[in-house]
Amino acid sequence: MIDDAGTYGSPVIRVRDLTVGLTHGDQKNVVENVSFEVGPGETLCVVGESGSGKSVTAFSIMGLLQKNALEPTSGEVFLGDENLLQARPERMRQLRSARMSMVFQEPMTALNPVEKVGKQIEEVLLLHSKMGAAARRQRTLEMLDTVHLPDPQRIYDSFPHQLSGGQRQRVVICIALILEPDLLIADEPTTALDVTTQQQILTLIREMQERQNTAVLFITHDMGVVADIADRVVVMRDGNVVEVADKETILRSPSHDYTRMLISSVPSLVPEPRQPLHTETVLSVAGLNKTFQKKRFLRSASEIQAVADLNLTLRQKEILGVVGQSGSGKSTVARCIVGLEEPTSGDITICGDRLQGARSAERRQMRRHIQMVFQDPYRSLNPRVKVGRSMVEGSTNFGTPHDAAMGRAEELMELVGLSTAALDRYPHQFSGGQRQRICIARALMLEPAVLVADEAVSALDVSVQEQVLELLDEIRERTGVGILFITHDLRVAARICDSIFVMNQGRIVEHGPAEHVLGRPEEEYTQKLFEAAPGRHWDFRNFCPV
Amino acid sequence: MLPYVLKRVLSAVPVMIIVAVVIFALLRLTPGDPAAILAGNDATGEQLAQIRESLGLDEPILVQLATWCKNIISGDLGVSLLSGVPVTKMIADRVGPTLALAVGTISVTILVAIPMGIVAAGRLGGYLDRIVMALSVLGFSVPIFVTGYVLIYFFSLKLGWLPVQGYRPPSEGLFPFLQRLVLPVLALSGVYIALVARITRSSIIEVLGEDYIRTARAKGATGRRILLRHALRNAAVPIVTIIGIGIASLITGVVVTESVFNLPGLGRLVVEAVLARDYPVIQGLILLFSFTYILINLVVDILYTVFDPRIRY
Repeated sequence: MIDDAGTYGSPVIRVRDLTVGLTHGDQKNVVENVSFEVGPGETLCVVGESGSGKSVTAFSIMGLLQKNALEPTSGEVFLGDENLLQARPERMRQLRSARMSMVFQEPMTALNPVEKVGKQIEEVLLLHSKMGAAARRQRTLEMLDTVHLPDPQRIYDSFPHQLSGGQRQRVVICIALILEPDLLIADEPTTALDVTTQQQILTLIREMQERQNTAVLFITHDMGVVADIADRVVVMRDGNVVEVADKETILRSPSHDYTRMLISSVPSLVPEPRQPLHTETVLSVAGLNKTFQKKRFLRSASEIQAVADLNLTLRQKEILGVVGQSGSGKSTVARCIVGLEEPTSGDITICGDRLQGARSAERRQMRRHIQMVFQDPYRSLNPRVKVGRSMVEGSTNFGTPHDAAMGRAEELMELVGLSTAALDRYPHQFSGGQRQRICIARALMLEPAVLVADEAVSALDVSVQEQVLELLDEIRERTGVGILFITHDLRVAARICDSIFVMNQGRIVEHGPAEHVLGRPEEEYTQKLFEAAPGRHWDFRNFCPV
Repeated sequence: MLPYVLKRVLSAVPVMIIVAVVIFALLRLTPGDPAAILAGNDATGEQLAQIRESLGLDEPILVQLATWCKNIISGDLGVSLLSGVPVTKMIADRVGPTLALAVGTISVTILVAIPMGIVAAGRLGGYLDRIVMALSVLGFSVPIFVTGYVLIYFFSLKLGWLPVQGYRPPSEGLFPFLQRLVLPVLALSGVYIALVARITRSSIIEVLGEDYIRTARAKGATGRRILLRHALRNAAVPIVTIIGIGIASLITGVVVTESVFNLPGLGRLVVEAVLARDYPVIQGLILLFSFTYILINLVVDILYTVFDPRIRY
């Protein structure tokens, strides 16, 4: 056998012309003629946007494709010298976890919620070894220690819901690596995690890989992660491999236009200087506090301060970014401002009118000045209602005649780059990016002075993300709307925001013009966030290191 | 765990009080004078007044309510207007057959329906699944009295394996007791098996789509292990809920089944008391059923926390 994985020895996994099709129906293949291989100790990153077939490829290798939906129709998948596509189910069962294992995207749902995590790790040993109960427990505790979980005894006896996302992902990694498999498939293992946690998990995977000489097939959509961890890269699009090369080649001189576009869409971490705005103030928040009380039986209630003494002002045409990790209170700020939560104390003033102390009828009138765009475009449009009806609902509630509202909806559709025919269709007929455009158009129907965008581009692929960001930029120029832009992504914040507020544990730790906060962060917390941003040593727009 | 149980038990108390008051009010508001019924058509006004007085029916309504609540607490549910026997004794005499029927039905339901549901879910779309679903439609659509008479026709009349009707307490021998219980239990279980099997099937199917099932498959777990160890416990909450509701709704089924199989249980006592407008007995029975219902809900709520560690109120 020719050793074509270069320095990595004979490949652990070889995929040759893998094609995966739908079991029923003759639609086009989901994955077509995909070939690659991964050697021991090597990290191969598979990158691509949603629908590129990267996860399907991974699941095909593991034999975990959904039954009666997808199946490999041709090609070979060799694990060592065994063709997995021809292995019997019983043999596949023996191989899983023992010789190849997988870490999943969603640590919050990947563990059985009703079983202690220690038992869940032990199950692998129970299934694949002849170890006794005491030995299994011992090995599990060792493994928990190896992945740097504090107090393994306590973790062993915890249920998944008692652990944080990062801790759960460490548990999943324990399950995957306790038998020291030859191949680890990691399917977007850090996408659902905060940047600092992401960095820790990536470091852990690297550490375990070096310890066990594991071949790692790492699936991601994040070029930053690729820049940090990959040895070689496979770029996929629409089920096909676009390009395979080593990391340097891909990042410096991609040969394919699609790869080029994908890489150059990654926003820079360094914001461009922007002119300070001297427009009117449309939203001001003073001394905002929000505490959540958790009632407990026969004990005093515990309090969580989600937002503490927050002040901010948003000007016309301004895009103000609120950045922070999950649990920092940034979404609570948004919810208080739009009136989905009642602040514990503090003043919110919209276009000169105070929200606190206003009667409910007055509040209703004030609400039209402030509109929201949500994170998940797949869930924020009513699937059973045509887009047009969703669009005009707000306006007609405020008394605009239906026809006039429809007229405005048509104008807005054009503004966000969709045809007016879209109004007569249902949400499922649109892609994620198109839906988010519709959500933005809907938010603009009432001509708001303030638009609150809560992680509005986080669920979108980079290329689509870039288009939506451009759209928001254009809209604030044309309509003068002030945008409160909430994001966990420093790159996105750097790309679009005029000023940035960094939040941690309910408090603002640093704020100022974007170029100061991100260009020369002063607070330790901001610096930490900045350090953890994946791929910060690479300038993707210019295909060179920073 | 313990504070939660304590809290749930305490919160059941006000519910019980409200139930007691509502039951009292309901019967006073329905038309029909029990004294007149008791006295018969030929009674004079004087006789009626006398009967009312002896029963306390002439007291102001609030006084009657206070007496009623006080008596419940001391375990006194009054005496039957017709027979003069204490209600608690009447209930005690008749509770045996009903309890046997209910416990038998629940046990058979759990033992048959849950495995049926698991098998159907594990073989989703296969012919075993279709058989289970077909049986479940049948169980739903055939009324208890039809099932009951069909069973009697085959097993008692044609085959002569089992007695047609009647009841023997277990004190007169376990075999005659069970012999007379088999058919009523089977007749009554049909609906519940259908219901619980369906819910088990659908809950497991839903759980099988969860991410952690994929994790279990990635571990190399067998299909059987995934169903029994990972899916079933996660599907337990809806299954326990439906079994709880089933037990509560057994009361209706018990009335019909006891009539078909001539069992001298509480179901028949209900019918007799209602037809005779025997207020104290009706009240006592409704109170008993309501308190049972509250108790079952309590048990179900506590079981939730056993099956799902995330549930803590």
